[in-house]
Amino acid sequence: MTKRTLSILILVLAIACVLPFVLTSYRTFQAALVLVYAIALLGLNILTGYNGQISLGHGAFYAIGAYCAAILMDQAGCPYWATIPVAGAVCLLAGFLFGLPALRLEGLYLALATFALGVSMPQLLKYHLIEKWTGGVQGIVITKPNAPAFLAKAGLALSPDQWLYFFVLAVAVAMFLIGWNLVRGRIGRALIAIRDHHIAAEVMGINTALYKSLAFGVSAMFTGVAGALGAIAVQFVAPDSFNVFLSITLLVGVVVGGLASLSGALYGALFIQFVPNIADELSKAAPWAIFGVFLIGFIYLMPSGVAGAVRLAIERGHHRRSTR
Amino acid sequence: MLQIFAGLATGGIYASLALALVMIYQATHLVNFAQGEMAMFTTYIAWSLINAGMGYWPAFLLTVGVAFVLGVLIERIVIRPVENAPVLAVVVVFIGLLVILNSLAGWIFTYTIKSFPSPFPAELPFGIRLVSPHQLGAIGVTIVVLALLYAFFRFTPLGLAMRASAQNPASSRLVGIRVGWMLALGWGLAAAVGAVAGMMVAPIVYLDPNMMSGTLLYAFAAALLGGIESPGGAVVGGLIVGVLENVLGAFVIGNELKLVVALVVIVGVLLVKPSGVFGKTHVSRV
Repeated sequence: MTKRTLSILILVLAIACVLPFVLTSYRTFQAALVLVYAIALLGLNILTGYNGQISLGHGAFYAIGAYCAAILMDQAGCPYWATIPVAGAVCLLAGFLFGLPALRLEGLYLALATFALGVSMPQLLKYHLIEKWTGGVQGIVITKPNAPAFLAKAGLALSPDQWLYFFVLAVAVAMFLIGWNLVRGRIGRALIAIRDHHIAAEVMGINTALYKSLAFGVSAMFTGVAGALGAIAVQFVAPDSFNVFLSITLLVGVVVGGLASLSGALYGALFIQFVPNIADELSKAAPWAIFGVFLIGFIYLMPSGVAGAVRLAIERGHHRRSTR
Repeated sequence: MLQIFAGLATGGIYASLALALVMIYQATHLVNFAQGEMAMFTTYIAWSLINAGMGYWPAFLLTVGVAFVLGVLIERIVIRPVENAPVLAVVVVFIGLLVILNSLAGWIFTYTIKSFPSPFPAELPFGIRLVSPHQLGAIGVTIVVLALLYAFFRFTPLGLAMRASAQNPASSRLVGIRVGWMLALGWGLAAAVGAVAGMMVAPIVYLDPNMMSGTLLYAFAAALLGGIESPGGAVVGGLIVGVLENVLGAFVIGNELKLVVALVVIVGVLLVKPSGVFGKTHVSRV
């Protein structure tokens, strides 16, 4: 990491910390959701962008994470912060297990299997035998956490929205650090090698089976953590909010933000949070029409997404300065 | 027994959509995720035509024609640029197509659920109660479509050219077949078959922009079960999936988990025998 990127990162983080004090509480809530999406997209990007495995069903892992958090808070009375690691662990396991059969599937077939997972998830959540915990079609309502008392004593009175934002921000920073560490080193290179040429990777001594299913697990873990945070932020989970369109939304975010790019997760999250809001004023169907056009348009014109375009612009700037 | 017949009827519909998937797979080695939405969209066209006062069968034929043109156009305009792109790009384009068609249908025709007429009489003669007329008719239509397709691919020069360009594009080009147009024709035919499936399923599940997501999943399961490269297999697979769905739904797991049957079939087939029951195993050279 160069000095310049570090300073940019610190600047971004500083802005992120100031945001909740200048925005309205609704905007703060939206900003928190952007961070939630960013974590989920980071997870999907590790799988699809870095490891080249297509998933059209990541909404299912988001749903598992969200339900983990909601059930733990609703049934077991867990504190909200304790549900995050549990949701992450459950999704890590679920993703790893789904990744094992997925090992034998490539490209199109994996897309098919995960698509089936995404489509059938709401039905699984409505299943009457687990209704006692999941609340069936009605879902579960959970309460929004308040800022801890010691902050107020220290003279820093935060509203629940502001506190939630900072909580999500802290988790997001931690998850991005984990993700960055994961992809910059040995593991990341192994994942990319498998994506680019899995036979060559295997010949070089990479355990492709292990890495691929682990990538699935880790990716599901990120998305599950995001799901848990999302459930706490929205204060509500219901089966039909986790339909296949959630999975497609995540795919849109990854493609628009930029495949195989950590910063792309943030651009993608901004896109999927704010563009539907703007488009909604046009018509109820407009957000999806716009999503679809953007999906196809980005694949044709800008396959490396917003992150790729930003990188290109910076490099051009450098080039111009050095030649002058 | 009743469930088995009902299963055969819905299975026939899955079979025709699976057939459409198989046709595109054969021509391009791609699985079209937007197939269900294409069928849904064309069914809306049929609905508008019927509502505008057209008779059922003229509207039916016109819709099949429109679907054919739509399929050709989609191949020419949207799919062509990513023909040789990596799988991820192609899948993303299909998904883009899916959401565009879905939201366009919602935009134009609204999200309220509409009923769609069945062309078959309300009651069977001789007081037969075992199977509803629409179910019987749907099976019949599926068989007719299958027979027509078989005849087309087997006996016409155009069908031969299409098969050739799917199997060996380079050699086909050398003998003067316009491979690109054959692909477009394949898309058109698949869209037409999908439109038939849509019009057959609409009286059962009612018409709304999301009506096809479940059917598409069953069609995937059917196509994979029969072998993604085998049209006959797709039909058998469709019937098996239809019966399985109805019998399991009625007696074992209840109606709420029906879609999970499709998920289990898809993952199961891909794991145990990825080439399906009637498919050929491929060996690729490294």
